[in-house]
Amino acid sequence: MQYAMLVYHHEADFHSLPAEEQNRLRNACADWYSQLEATGRASGAMRLQPTVTATTLREHNGKLVLSDGPFAETKEILAGLVVLECQDLDEAIAQARRFPSLPAGFSLELRPIIPDGVRRSDQP
Amino acid sequence: MNLGELYRRDYGRILASVIRVARDISLAEDAVQDAFAAAQAQWPVHGFPANPAAWLYTAARNKAIDQIRRRTLAEEKHRQMITLAAPEEHAPIPEDTLRLIFTCCHPALAVEAQVALTLRTVCGLTTEEIARAFLLPVPTLAQRIVRAKAKIKLAGIPYEVPDEDALDERLPSVLAVIYLVFNEGYSASAGPTLVRAHLCEESIRLCRELATLLPREREAHALLALLLLTDARRYTRTDADGSLVRLEDQDRSQWNRPQIAEGAAIVETVLREGPAGPYALQAAIAALHAQAPTFAQTDWSQIAALYTQLARRQPSAVIELNRAVAIAMVEGPARGLELMEQIDLPGYHLLFAARADLLRQLGRREEAATAYRAALRLVQSEPERRFLERRLQEVSR
Repeated sequence: MQYAMLVYHHEADFHSLPAEEQNRLRNACADWYSQLEATGRASGAMRLQPTVTATTLREHNGKLVLSDGPFAETKEILAGLVVLECQDLDEAIAQARRFPSLPAGFSLELRPIIPDGVRRSDQP
Repeated sequence: MNLGELYRRDYGRILASVIRVARDISLAEDAVQDAFAAAQAQWPVHGFPANPAAWLYTAARNKAIDQIRRRTLAEEKHRQMITLAAPEEHAPIPEDTLRLIFTCCHPALAVEAQVALTLRTVCGLTTEEIARAFLLPVPTLAQRIVRAKAKIKLAGIPYEVPDEDALDERLPSVLAVIYLVFNEGYSASAGPTLVRAHLCEESIRLCRELATLLPREREAHALLALLLLTDARRYTRTDADGSLVRLEDQDRSQWNRPQIAEGAAIVETVLREGPAGPYALQAAIAALHAQAPTFAQTDWSQIAALYTQLARRQPSAVIELNRAVAIAMVEGPARGLELMEQIDLPGYHLLFAARADLLRQLGRREEAATAYRAALRLVQSEPERRFLERRLQEVSR
């Protein structure tokens, strides 16, 4: 199975950490990911720019409305995601719990990915 | 044994083994129901089979396999076909019950969902029975079960007993579900019936099965002892009108002695084998209560010491309150009151009730009345309310 591991953090808290600590966490997470990728247990990951850089699109009365900022103004924001390749939820939890930023107050949400979910389907 | 008794005893086991084959809880449930329906039609005519559980299991498994084959042909799902080619055994196997328990009590499911699903599948209670026991509308409960099953399937919650390393982490949530079911039966949190015997019996049955399947897990055995010892006093907890009878006023001759002996023997074994976990400590306390000849002759200092150990392992204001009650029995109500002053449990009626009782013993009737009134504002269970009202009248006279 594939799971999206959505990485959330408290943006302000994270950026108030000393630069060396932020760097240490980033590198530790990079190592965590490389190991998983090398053993076929992860197949993609991304880190997102801060929410101040976000642009949100909606349609209102047939017109495109752009707004500056994220979809929802929350303190804990989506900071990135990883695609885990695991047998089952227990294995996904076992990998996710070793994510180095977890002790730094990050939250991880595991969501099963729908197989071929973005391909056309003839099934009702 | 008739079919109803068989259903009660074997439904969960048969289902557990069919789920392993079918890899789908709902499909397996339908197949087991069909098998029981077939038995009901055929057995009275052709006679009972030599091994009814094996007959039911085989019938249910075949029905599940048929169903999957039909689906597989339609959808070309090869993975499920591979499962079906696995060697077939001819009776439900105990390991599967354990798998089902751990799946239903997986921490990725909400506790309420764990409880509902365990009672529905492992214990074979109907949705209506569970809804009635928890005072919930049937559709609410039914939806809870449907959602839980969908999550198991879609989120890939495994149908497995956790390995040695993970067992320590996972067992507590299984034990918590069993204890919760028992407590719901033993002291309903709201409503007219104090005792819902069915839930108590189911939780003991489940715990006994778990302890048998996990002989080395001492906390599972300790929980079984705790349930047996507590349940042994069940019938003396309420009088003919359903009013609460306090421990000190209960007729000890009516306690279930064989059950107390069984529970006490388990506690002794568990304590002999190593350091006591939280359930072992609670079971030891329950054993001291159950074996005391009278309320006054209870070994209160030992009970206070056990509560002190328990509070150290599991800091909790409720445990502190029980400890204070035990110490009050040894050192007097004034000391108990002093300890209760430091307990922060706003909204917990038993703290006010316990304080009221100590104030009453000290002859501070007005303060006692105030505390009883505070407890009455918070209490939810009808029998407990009646008891508190009676006490309030006594101190107000």
